[in-house]
Order: sequence, then structure tokens, then C-alpha cells
Amino acid sequence: MDAVIDNLPLFLEGFRNTLGLLAVAGVGAFILGVLVAAMRISPVASLRAFATVYTEIVRNTPLTLVLFFCAYLLPYLQFSPGYFQLAAIGLTVYTSPFVAEALRSGVNGVHVGQAEAARSVGLTFGQTLSFIVLPQAFRMVIPPLINVFIALAKNTSVAGAFFVFELFGAARRITNDRGDAVIAILLAVAVFYLIITIPLGFIAGRIEKKVAVLR
Amino acid sequence: MTSVLYDVPGPRARFRSKIFSVVGVVIIVGALLALIVVLGLPKTSANGAVQPGIWDASRWDVFNDVQVWRTLGIGALNTLRMAFVAAAFALVIGVLFSFGRSSGAAWIRIPTTIVLEFFRGMPVLLMMLFILLVFSTGSFWAGVAALAVYNGAIIGEALRAGINALPSGQREAGLAIGLTPIATRFRIEFPQAFRQMLPIIIAQLVVLLKDTSLAFVVGYPELMRSGNYNLGTFFGNQYQFSFFFVVLAIYLTMNLSLSWLARRIAKRTGPQAGKLIKPDTTPPIDPNLVDARALGTQSRDQ
Repeated sequence: MDAVIDNLPLFLEGFRNTLGLLAVAGVGAFILGVLVAAMRISPVASLRAFATVYTEIVRNTPLTLVLFFCAYLLPYLQFSPGYFQLAAIGLTVYTSPFVAEALRSGVNGVHVGQAEAARSVGLTFGQTLSFIVLPQAFRMVIPPLINVFIALAKNTSVAGAFFVFELFGAARRITNDRGDAVIAILLAVAVFYLIITIPLGFIAGRIEKKVAVLR
Repeated sequence: MTSVLYDVPGPRARFRSKIFSVVGVVIIVGALLALIVVLGLPKTSANGAVQPGIWDASRWDVFNDVQVWRTLGIGALNTLRMAFVAAAFALVIGVLFSFGRSSGAAWIRIPTTIVLEFFRGMPVLLMMLFILLVFSTGSFWAGVAALAVYNGAIIGEALRAGINALPSGQREAGLAIGLTPIATRFRIEFPQAFRQMLPIIIAQLVVLLKDTSLAFVVGYPELMRSGNYNLGTFFGNQYQFSFFFVVLAIYLTMNLSLSWLARRIAKRTGPQAGKLIKPDTTPPIDPNLVDARALGTQSRDQ
């Protein structure tokens, strides 16, 4: 236990970096995901095809490979803004197709009758989307979206293997120093992760129940 | 769905969307070409040495070496081996979790729920490190155990959702013909839930296959480690890109074929496949017509 208390500043620094990665990559992935989802449902065939191929390729690439590309090959191409930023880029790219898929399934989940009704009272494409389909889709999208962000919070640990000092990196360093208290240290790190993931999961469950009643 | 959102385009809109399409293709292809050209340009490094571009033959000649392909092959086999063993354990653990979670006894259900939430909220990587350091199992079993427990928890949740989604008549019927609750669960509910959830389970197995690459952190010589680190450092920096692309291609091939399989199975044993009544191609008979016909025969009989 004293190994945990002695190294608390390191834990907190790691926790801050994990939260930072989660925030930066979360916002980035959301923006990129909205763009990809918009391309995916757009009337323009070439954008649709591009978004589909992008989603398929990124979704089937291991995160470690994406982060390897960011941490080793981007600096090699004379692009090195620091490992934290590189890891954030990698996590953004990796998470964006999952965000896009969640959004798309939300739009597809709105009953066709809603869109038909909107169209038949004379709303245009933009009005139908912004007044009828998206408000409903948004509500249904929140639980899967939160699940994506939970996965992202756990995935930030992979950045610890690529020179970013976040919780997993902290765990590795402290267990190297204090080989005698490995269990306590790793349980402490697990608690920090659970502080992020369990409340998010709880919120997702609550919203899911609320939406289910409304349907 | 998308076609509902806008009118069937007229000639002008069709023309416009075709222009958009062409412009989009030109932009995308242009960006890709630019990327390829930029990657192919020779580069001057800090010490003044000039390196040929990525598409130069000198950066790909390592692949003439059979030994390189052997190393990559062994890496891929190691990845598949870990994925296979972990998947088998994950399925077993998932079944156990689903039974525990939907058990009638609170002293089983509540601890299972807590354990399951704990495993679901933890990064796989941390679990691998934990198992490696605490149980000192060696890298292979550390990876397998972490992947099996984590994915088992998720598969368990999927199976539980499948069991919950079954009509309650299934369970009642099982109990009514005299099966014990456990036999009902095993022989009536579970097979149906498993078939219903098969697409989700296979999708999770694709995730598992991807996640085997995390085992490189604990030192397991799988595809990523042997391809990008071992070969990359052995042959030097100039081959980094080549190895990266080859490893990426191998991963994409494995994962896309498994995803494709998942989609095929989802189509064959989709939601309706688990149902007792197959959707009929002939439409159901209109009750009014049946009534009239029945009445007609009756009246003729009288």
C-alpha cells in the first residue's frame, strides 16, 4: 500500500495524461466521425464509397499498428509534434469510424415513417434531417456513443506502450521500481481506470432505459 | 432510408450530383496520388545522407529473402494461435458469465455482476501486464488469459441479452414439460440465445484477433512484434515503411476475411433464423375470407 501512496504524484500525472488523451481524442474522433457519417449517408456516391472504404480499413487495423505508424513513421516523415500529440492523432483516427458507425446506426434506427411523414408535409432534405431525423437519432445514439468513448478510455492505455506517460506508462514505471508491491500498484491503476469507465457505463445504462421508455 | 430523405433527383440535380461525385473522386484520388508521390520523394536526413523514396526498389528488396517471409509467417501463426486459444476460452468464460448473471440466486448473480463490471472496465493491456507480473505465466498465457477474460465478459453480456430477449414462454414451456431450471437453460434457452447472438459474438472475435497485437507489449513474438520491431530493427530504418505496409496488409486480410464470415453468418442465421416459425413466403390468409369460406362450406353442408 505504501508503494501506492509514495508514488501518488506519478499516478496522478498519468491519470491527467489519460484524461487529456481521452478528451483530445474524444473530441477529435467525434468531429471526424460526424464527417465520415455524413459522407456515408450523403447522396454523392464517391463520398459514400470513400467513407465505406475508410471505415472498413481503419476498423480492421489493430490499434497498436495505428499508434506504431504515428509514433515511429510520422516522425520519420519529419512530422513530430511530440508523442502525446502523435498518440492523440492515432487514437482519433482509430476511434472515428466507430463513432461514425454509431451515428449511422442511429440515423438508420429512426423509423422510416418519420422521414416519410416529414417529406410528405413538404420539408426539404435539410429540414427533415435537422428537425425530424437527427433529434431522434441523437437520443438513440448517445448510449452506443458513450460505449465508444469507454472503449477509447481503455484504448488510451495502448499509448503507454508508445512513449506517452499515462496510467499504463505509470504502472510500468512504478512496477519496475517497486517489484515487491506489484499487486497493489496494478490494482490502484485499475481503480483509476474504473473511475472513468464505470460512471460512463452507468450514464449509458440510464439513458438507454430512458430512451427505451420513450419508444 | 436515405432515399426517403430527398426527392428522386431530376435531370439538373442528377447532373449536379454527378459533378459533385466527379469532383469528389478527383479530390480523393488527387490526395492519394499526392501522398504516394510525397512518400516516393527521396529524402535528405539530418546528417546529409540522401535516402531513396519509399517506392524505390532498394527499400523493398528484403522481401526477396525467404527468411523474412518465414519470420512474418511465424509471427502470423503466433497471432492466430493466440487468437484461437483465447477465443476458445473466451466462449467458455462467456457462457459461465451469462449463466451467473442471469442466475436466480442473488449470491451468485451479484458477485458475478461485480466481477464482470470490473473486467469490462479494465484495459486489456493492464490485465496482460497484471497477469504477467503477478502470476508470471509467460507472455503467451498472459495474453491468452487477459484476452479470454475480457472478451469472455463481453460475450457473456451479449449472451445474457440474448437469453433476456427470448419470449418467456420458452422457459415456461421447458419447466412445464418437467425439465429442471438448469436443463431448461441449457437445452431450451441457451441454444436459441447463442444463435441469435452469433453475429455479435463473431464480431467480438474479430476484436479479439485485433487485440492479440497488444501482446507485443508483454513480449510475445506475434505478427506486429516480429514484423515491425524485430525485422524493422534488424534491417534498419529504411525498411520500416515496407514492413509496416506488409504487416498491415496481412492484418487486413485476416480481419476482413473474418468480418466477411461474420456478415455471411449474420445473413444466414439472422434474427429470424432463431425463431421457431420461419417467415412464410405465402401471405397469411385473410381471416374474413377464411370465415366466409368456412361459413360457406357449413351452409352447404346443412
